[in-house]
Amino acid sequence: MSNATSDNETVHRVSFLDRESVNIPILKVLQADGTVYDNAVLPAIDEVLAHRIYDTCVFTRVLDERMLGAQRQGRISFYMTCTGEEASIIGSTASLDDGDVILAQYREHAAIRYRGFTTEQFMNQLFSNEKDLGKGRQMPIHYGSAELNYQTVSSPLATQIPQATGVGYSFKMQGKRNIAICYFGEGAASEGDFHAGLNMAAVVKSPTIFFCRNNGYAISTPTSEQFCGNGIASRGPGYGIHTIRVDGNDMLAVLAATQQARAYAVENNAPVLIEAMTYRLGAHSSSDDPSGYRSKDEEAKWQQHDPVKRFKLWMINKGWLTEKQDAEMYEKYRKEVLAELKVAEKLPMAMLDTLIEDVYDTPTPRLQQQLKDLKKHLKKYPDSYPNSKGRL
Amino acid sequence: MAEINMLQAINDALSIALESNEKSILFGEDVGHFGGVFRATSGLQAKFGRDRCFNTPLTEQGIAGFANGLASNGMVAIAEIQFADYIFPAIDQIVNETAKFRYRSGNEFNVGGVTFRTPYGGGIAGGHYHSQSPEAYFTQTAGLKVVVPRNAYQAKGLLLASIRDKNPVIFFEPKRLYRANIAEVPDEDYEIELGKAEVVRQGTDITLLAWGAQMEIIENAADMAAKKGISCEIIDLRTLAPWDAETVATSVKKTGRLLINHEAPLTGGFAGEISATIQEECFLHLESPIARVCGLDTPYPLIHEKEYMPDALKTFEAIKATVNF
Repeated sequence: MSNATSDNETVHRVSFLDRESVNIPILKVLQADGTVYDNAVLPAIDEVLAHRIYDTCVFTRVLDERMLGAQRQGRISFYMTCTGEEASIIGSTASLDDGDVILAQYREHAAIRYRGFTTEQFMNQLFSNEKDLGKGRQMPIHYGSAELNYQTVSSPLATQIPQATGVGYSFKMQGKRNIAICYFGEGAASEGDFHAGLNMAAVVKSPTIFFCRNNGYAISTPTSEQFCGNGIASRGPGYGIHTIRVDGNDMLAVLAATQQARAYAVENNAPVLIEAMTYRLGAHSSSDDPSGYRSKDEEAKWQQHDPVKRFKLWMINKGWLTEKQDAEMYEKYRKEVLAELKVAEKLPMAMLDTLIEDVYDTPTPRLQQQLKDLKKHLKKYPDSYPNSKGRL
Repeated sequence: MAEINMLQAINDALSIALESNEKSILFGEDVGHFGGVFRATSGLQAKFGRDRCFNTPLTEQGIAGFANGLASNGMVAIAEIQFADYIFPAIDQIVNETAKFRYRSGNEFNVGGVTFRTPYGGGIAGGHYHSQSPEAYFTQTAGLKVVVPRNAYQAKGLLLASIRDKNPVIFFEPKRLYRANIAEVPDEDYEIELGKAEVVRQGTDITLLAWGAQMEIIENAADMAAKKGISCEIIDLRTLAPWDAETVATSVKKTGRLLINHEAPLTGGFAGEISATIQEECFLHLESPIARVCGLDTPYPLIHEKEYMPDALKTFEAIKATVNF
């Protein structure tokens, strides 16, 4: 038992533990030049998987660049990029079974893309049009798809963490060899839900991977003002959770760690904590300007660790990719994103009836009455309500 | 049909829920081997195993988040919050997540399989951390159903209906009645429809409306009023969200008067919502202003609990004042 002090070594002088007492190495497989460390053990990866991963990287880069631009032009209200964190997100997602459920924070759109979310589906959500699976109920970037086992993103921070524990437990109870994976930033790990979720997962034995993207900043707050311990990984053993720290800009390291984490979670019905050390190259969101709180030098330093570039060099070294193919991929996605954007922004919003749908499984009489009253009003003043004008 | 108390009725409902659906899971603080601080879950771990009935760590937000996750992936989550006073650490999970899961995802995902059971209310010398009635906080949140039973029979049928409802439910159990209320309860599986109020007693002069433990109070007050020749119609609201305005309005149109009694503080209490709606629906039928007999706008007290309570005597006085307005 963890409380059985008889198993512990005893000392007879006062001696405290501190953050230095916990020495956590960082797993690295891939070097900046695209070559592999001499003694590194490669993850399971073949050319097909490598291409699916790289394809997702390129699409995500293009989407982030284009949609941030679209936000600046006032075409969408809000946007968030995952630039710099692609290896953490895609490397981990690529290690999973398609039946595993992803519970994302809000910066993991690369994961839903990896699962097959189409460019059209991205645009429908970003423009909140009538084809948005979320029926235009949440801000841009709150993607979700039941078909792709990617639970719809919720804005309040860290709420997905204890939920992931429940999803993992449900797989155990259903006798399925699947897991839940939960993404969050190091800032979210300050919320009570983080403690609640990880502690419960360890105690109830839930097969769940808790994946922390330690990207250096929570909006403007650097990690030095977020926690004083040895990162997030140091907390794992405290909960009794299998834990690893990886280079979050190293696709192969993330892939290797998550593949083994998943196998461990399934075999043991137990959680795993992964802390990916990475850096948010972009702003927190389109409403943020990082020049107010961090230096250009710092950003430039991290540009040297670009995870997409590093993985690309590895693929070129393997003979699986050429610069020409790479350029063609970017060009293809630039055209595709722009074309889909133009279609999606012209589609109308969902019909007004969806306003009262999904509050309960069926609208209550009171909700039906409220909609009826509202429609009467909108018909009287149609010009004041352009979204529903002519579509009641 | 056996005479059992409310705890036994709840235990029976939980046992049936676990038996009849293998996807259902019961958990909370101390609910495992010990059977919960009130023993509502006694014997269930022995019957259904530690995987389906277990203790959680002391974390209300964890319990609620875990319940959401379970239900989002096809399970039925029956979670106990040990006292309704301790539901507040879980309020973000309940209000922002449980209630909105279906709506915010466009019905890609839902947590309709969640039921939170929690003992509420005073009368047990519990002071303000073991006596609160926080139901009104949750009636403001679209997407939740809020249910309160008045006796053992109601508790079993309403709880089974809550667990099987396709929407998340918060089920407030009047702990003052846990052992005090004994009723004939069928052994078999039955459900009482949610969202429906029940006219418990017919009358002609005034409608008295309450829920949960306060039903006993208004029935006592009605008996006192009857001796003065006042005929009270009594309604148990049973479900507060969504609530059955139609049954209440029909009754008020007949009696011309309404008194609402609840244990929670007056200000912002659910009686205010009912008053406003009934005033809209029944304005020309009302013979007097709608009366509210509620808890005071103080934290729930310890030594002055008896004074604080919206008891039968206070209700009786309000009945007379309303009828003689």
